[in-house]
Amino acid sequence: MKLLVPVKRVVDYNVKVRVKADGTGVETANVKMSMNPFDEIAVEEAVRLKEKGTVTEIVAVTIGPAQAQEQLRTALAMGADRAILVEADGAEPLGVAKVLKALVEREQPQLVILGKQAIDDDMNATGQMLAALLGWSQGTYASKVELSAEGAKVTREVDGGLETVQLKLPAIVTTDLRLNEPRYASLPNIMKARKKPLETVKPADLGVDLTPRLTVVKVEEPPKRQAGVKVASVAELVSKLKTEAKVI
Amino acid sequence: MAVLVLADRSGTTVSQPTRSAVAAAARIDADVHVLVLGGSEAAQAAARLAGVTKVIQADGPAYEHGLAEPAAALLVALAPGYSHLLAPGSAMGKNIMPRVAALLDVQIITDIAAVEGPDTFRRFIYAGNALATVKTADAKKVLTVRAASFDPAPAEGGAAAVEAAPAAEDPGVSSFVGAEIAQSERPELTAARVVISGGRAMGSAENFHLLEGIADKLGAAIGASRAAVDAGYAPNDYQVGQTGKIVAPELYIAVGISGAIQHLAGMKDSKVIVAINKDEEAPIFQVADYGLVGDLFKLLPELEQELG
Ligand SMILES: Cc1cc2nc3c(=O)[nH]c(=O)nc-3n(C[C@H](O)[C@H](O)[C@H](O)COP(=O)(O)OP(=O)(O)OC[C@H]3O[C@@H](n4cnc5c(N)ncnc54)[C@H](O)[C@@H]3O)c2cc1C
Ligand SMILES: Nc1ncnc2c1ncn2[C@@H]1O[C@H](COP(=O)(O)O)[C@@H](O)[C@H]1O
Repeated sequence: MKLLVPVKRVVDYNVKVRVKADGTGVETANVKMSMNPFDEIAVEEAVRLKEKGTVTEIVAVTIGPAQAQEQLRTALAMGADRAILVEADGAEPLGVAKVLKALVEREQPQLVILGKQAIDDDMNATGQMLAALLGWSQGTYASKVELSAEGAKVTREVDGGLETVQLKLPAIVTTDLRLNEPRYASLPNIMKARKKPLETVKPADLGVDLTPRLTVVKVEEPPKRQAGVKVASVAELVSKLKTEAKVI
Repeated sequence: MAVLVLADRSGTTVSQPTRSAVAAAARIDADVHVLVLGGSEAAQAAARLAGVTKVIQADGPAYEHGLAEPAAALLVALAPGYSHLLAPGSAMGKNIMPRVAALLDVQIITDIAAVEGPDTFRRFIYAGNALATVKTADAKKVLTVRAASFDPAPAEGGAAAVEAAPAAEDPGVSSFVGAEIAQSERPELTAARVVISGGRAMGSAENFHLLEGIADKLGAAIGASRAAVDAGYAPNDYQVGQTGKIVAPELYIAVGISGAIQHLAGMKDSKVIVAINKDEEAPIFQVADYGLVGDLFKLLPELEQELG
């Protein structure tokens, strides 16, 4: 079966993000960009399913600027077979889901694996929205995926522990951190990835309108906590918590 | 127009994050309805919440385990009567509400931290490094609520009527297989007054038990950093942070946690923060009200004893 994996180009998780002085957003100029960490887990899972023989082809997709080709090349180096770049900047999860729906209709995958959350907008929405638009089942926050011809059994990370659901195919899965540990692409695979097909399309070619629904009124630095005091001993700590902070 | 809150059940009652969602809803409109999936006792508990004017209870096997597909279909069936649809930003709310939003052709706004007006909300982005104010052009609003940002509505004070939900289709594309939910005497992480969390420095699952004696004495919930969870020292649902749970207790004690931004995103709204770390330069001390520099293996037994 064929599998689609959407990956997002985001500010690298190690970057100390700064709010722009004019309050319109955060600084992204000259900042290290990477594939969203949850999407690396999604690509890894897809590649493992292919290695097991259940999956025959992996198509990586991104909706982003031309430079997002870098993240697609990373996905290809990890083991995806081909890639699609939909050139559009700043699409919201609903818009991204609409683009992905159009691609699903064209590519006919049986499974789409997304990250649970993009670490820039922290929305945690796109996979669920895509499942809704397609009328497909959803297995979010997956820590285990067992795929067969009949369906996908997904173990999900929920508030009190774990939950398992059985999904009819076609289905949407979103990844949680403990699903797997993504591999590093080897140099030969990075070289090979350069020759794998990468197609570029425009949202209009897919008939999708990406007009945003949200306006960013302003972006601010959140209130800062002041560092407190160092205490010299456990006794001093407990006494301060009792008499000064009055929390115990 | 009334607003609807999807409740998260917690046994026979509604969860504390649900009460925070009710509080957020009350900032939007005085007419707050609550939808409870399964569980008539939980529906009764929802009816007693201060500020709730009506409870809708949906019974049936499709709703018992909160599966996203039938729950979203039901919310869409109820949507014409409401201007806003909300849920707590729990695993359940985050799973169901984006599906509802897409079915309604609405861009969801997740994890709202403040209500600025009926169409304007604030939320954190980039692991809490920035706070965005966003205004939506959608006629209907679909939101999840960052519980740590809203004081929960009082559990008692209301006397709302409970009515049965209308029938909605079950898409029948998924089924519940089972769950492994840890039974614990301790308070829930997102509702606890005190939280004590351990990091990578705990070193092993056995050592992680060192936190228990202290947690018992303080009536605390136990949390963990991602590094501790990844290493298998603590179960996944203990994780506090950007991609785990967001907590804002009266007292948060971080033990052997460095204070990565992704961890801070989940706990920096705590009222009082204590950090125990052997590295006096650890970033956690920049947000801690009380810092104790030293070896946790020496300090934790001392702390347990000092608490008497
Ligand atoms: C996409 C993404 C999402 C993430 N989400 C989260 C999240 O939700 N929550 C989260 O916590 N992290 C998250 N992380 C991970 C985060 O970046 C850090 O790696 C993690 O928080 C580090 O955990 P730690 O502080 O326990 O470990 P470390 O950073 O290794 O810190 C261990 C600390 O223990 C101290 N120490 C060592 N020995 C002792 C001793 N004997 N006594 C006292 N102190 C000692 C050290 O000085 C050090 O400060 C995420 C990362 C990514 C990429
Ligand atoms: N612009 C995008 N291009 C490709 N995939 C995306 C994009 N935005 C979001 N996604 C996918 O949706 C997941 C969740 O993103 P979000 O809903 O924005 O938190 C990500 O982990 C990606 O897998």
